[in-house]
Amino acid sequence: MLTINNLHASIDGKEILRGLNLQVNPGEVHAIMGPNGSGKSTTASVLAGKPEYEITGGEIIFQGENLNGMAPENRAAEGIFLAFQYPVEIKGVSNINFLKTAVNEIRAYHGLEPMPAKEFLNRIKEKQELVQFSNDLAKRSLNEGFSGGEKKRNEIFQLAMLEPKLAILDETDSGLDIDALRIVAHGVNSLRSKDNAFIIITHYQRLLEYIEPDFVHVLYNGRIVKSGTKELALELEEKGYDWLKSESRDYITA
Amino acid sequence: MKDNNEVIDTLLDSSYEFGFSTDIETDVAPVGLDENTVRFISDQKDEPEWLLEWRLTAYHHFMKLAQKDMPGWQHFDMPDLDFQSMSYYAAPKSKPLLDSLDQVDPELLATFAKLGIPLTEQKMLAGVAVDVIFDSVSVTTTYKAKLKELGILFCSFGEAVQEYPELVRKYLGSVVPATDNIFAALNSAVCSDGSFVYIPKGVRCPMELSTYFRINAINTGQFERTLIIADEGSYVSYLEGCTAPQRDENQLHGAVVELIALKDAEIKYSTVQNWYPGDADGKGGIYNFVTKRGICKGSNAKISWTQVETGSAITWKYPSIILKGDYSTGEFYSVAVVKNKQMADTGTKIYHLGSHTKSRIISKGISAGVAQNTYRGLVHVGKNAKHTRNFTQCDSLLIGDKCGLHTYPYIESRNSTAQLEHEATTSRIGEDQIFYLNQRGIDNEKAVALIVNGYAMEVLKQLPMEFAVEAQKLLAISMEGSVG
Repeated sequence: MLTINNLHASIDGKEILRGLNLQVNPGEVHAIMGPNGSGKSTTASVLAGKPEYEITGGEIIFQGENLNGMAPENRAAEGIFLAFQYPVEIKGVSNINFLKTAVNEIRAYHGLEPMPAKEFLNRIKEKQELVQFSNDLAKRSLNEGFSGGEKKRNEIFQLAMLEPKLAILDETDSGLDIDALRIVAHGVNSLRSKDNAFIIITHYQRLLEYIEPDFVHVLYNGRIVKSGTKELALELEEKGYDWLKSESRDYITA
Repeated sequence: MKDNNEVIDTLLDSSYEFGFSTDIETDVAPVGLDENTVRFISDQKDEPEWLLEWRLTAYHHFMKLAQKDMPGWQHFDMPDLDFQSMSYYAAPKSKPLLDSLDQVDPELLATFAKLGIPLTEQKMLAGVAVDVIFDSVSVTTTYKAKLKELGILFCSFGEAVQEYPELVRKYLGSVVPATDNIFAALNSAVCSDGSFVYIPKGVRCPMELSTYFRINAINTGQFERTLIIADEGSYVSYLEGCTAPQRDENQLHGAVVELIALKDAEIKYSTVQNWYPGDADGKGGIYNFVTKRGICKGSNAKISWTQVETGSAITWKYPSIILKGDYSTGEFYSVAVVKNKQMADTGTKIYHLGSHTKSRIISKGISAGVAQNTYRGLVHVGKNAKHTRNFTQCDSLLIGDKCGLHTYPYIESRNSTAQLEHEATTSRIGEDQIFYLNQRGIDNEKAVALIVNGYAMEVLKQLPMEFAVEAQKLLAISMEGSVG
């Protein structure tokens, strides 16, 4: 589904990603962990096509297509979804109106008619239960006055509504209390299927207790320095990231 | 990284949807303005002597003002207006009978169909009566008979002069005197058609009343005059919409609107203004120099102005409210959008003269391209007006980094019991907001439209339902391509 080959990316002339490689297949959940500044959020932004980032080398192949230079809205329509670390607030635009626009724009990209109103509302109703959203939250202005936990739940709500092929969760667990964390994890687990894939970017092992990954990767200095299964996450939790620094030097020189 | 301005420039290039013109035979007054022009117009409309006199007085006052410098306080350079090079009257040649659509030139009906204003009553939006002004004359007023059963008078201004001269004479110029300003004087001298509404005592008008203005003839000014009187305890909601063909030269629109709300009456006046704004280089477009004012004459009366301004090369208007009756209320809700080289200097003036009067001003300015947008407002509290309250909120939204937004809120308070509040914010559409929407499959253009509509929502929700939808579409069209 996704192949990242020797990806280099920079922002304002500063190189952040330095030869990232990753292979994600349908049905898989990958966790990317790493210390601050290792390039985790940059990876998410570059995959989504944030304009500030420049790809200086390598390639991202998604479903056989090179994403380099593809507009972010087209990547979204092709099935890439980013759950933001800091979701924005948009005043006066109701969650529902926003989602209707998003759903129908993506349908239009694929040459489909807008979704009939009834079907759309049924879908809203079904999916909002998944993240324990009240009607009130679904109707309010997009993220305006939402608590941190509500914003993150809203990201998962949108994820459920848009049914992407590849969902990237950028530190969705940061700032969540245990209840919200459980709701978010439940949402993600219910959405897992053999046809879609998840990349979960996180600092801590905690989220991975609830969403079990197939693979865990450690990102350091803009590249993946270690890959393993969920046991690797436990090891990181225990030992921290410091030990990587010496190990990654060996890795780089090796 | 994409250059923001580059994207703005490419996207700003969106076209004006209503720029076509209609090939229709018109009677046009000779170019230029003198006493004969005024007499010609008055004669065309078969007016009584007193009205001609009133016009002539206004004309002489205008000529005096025209000798002096044009007003210079506004936040744009007043263009050189050559009052002698335009025509002051144009009417479709086949004069329609006011009560019958069969008599209307099919070309004209086609024009309005194209504008999305079906005139045949069975096809009309349920519950909206429409008066249509084409250049200088009213071509049709729908639902007239039905309204008349309730005693509601809704017709063209010209017809009202013939049918209800005593009402017209009593109220014409009573809120906006001919001497008010140069454009009001000009309007009073040469005003052609417009709408007239009278709601009798205690009657709640059961449908939205609406006037649709269209300037078609070349090189012509439109000077309509609208007079709305809500008698004691009555209610009316009124909407005006406007468009004009795309022409290279500027055309002047100098309307006057007067609202009179008597004791316990309420008038809700909504405008969706979409005159041709000129092209991207600032060539052509309408000069929209309009005087609008209402008076809450009796106690507990209420007037609210809601305006969505997206068109015109220059907009210069301050729909105002005189709160004379005690406990009366005035509201002003405005969204003004300018792009390319458009300029808008708009706002309101509220005069608190009665005690316990209340007012609320919500202004949302949006500026893109190299456009300049100014809010100018006055809240005046008279010496004897006790316990008045005003709340003003001015929000500005900038798109790109070459446009300007300016706010001039004036307060004159002569009574220490007044409570006046003012809030102002300035914001920019954030790149992070755009990217967030992009990431959900929404392109730049739709993202901006969505954000702008959300920003204007507080005002848009004041509009009658059908028009709120129209206004949202219009805003989306206006914003086409304003951001990267």
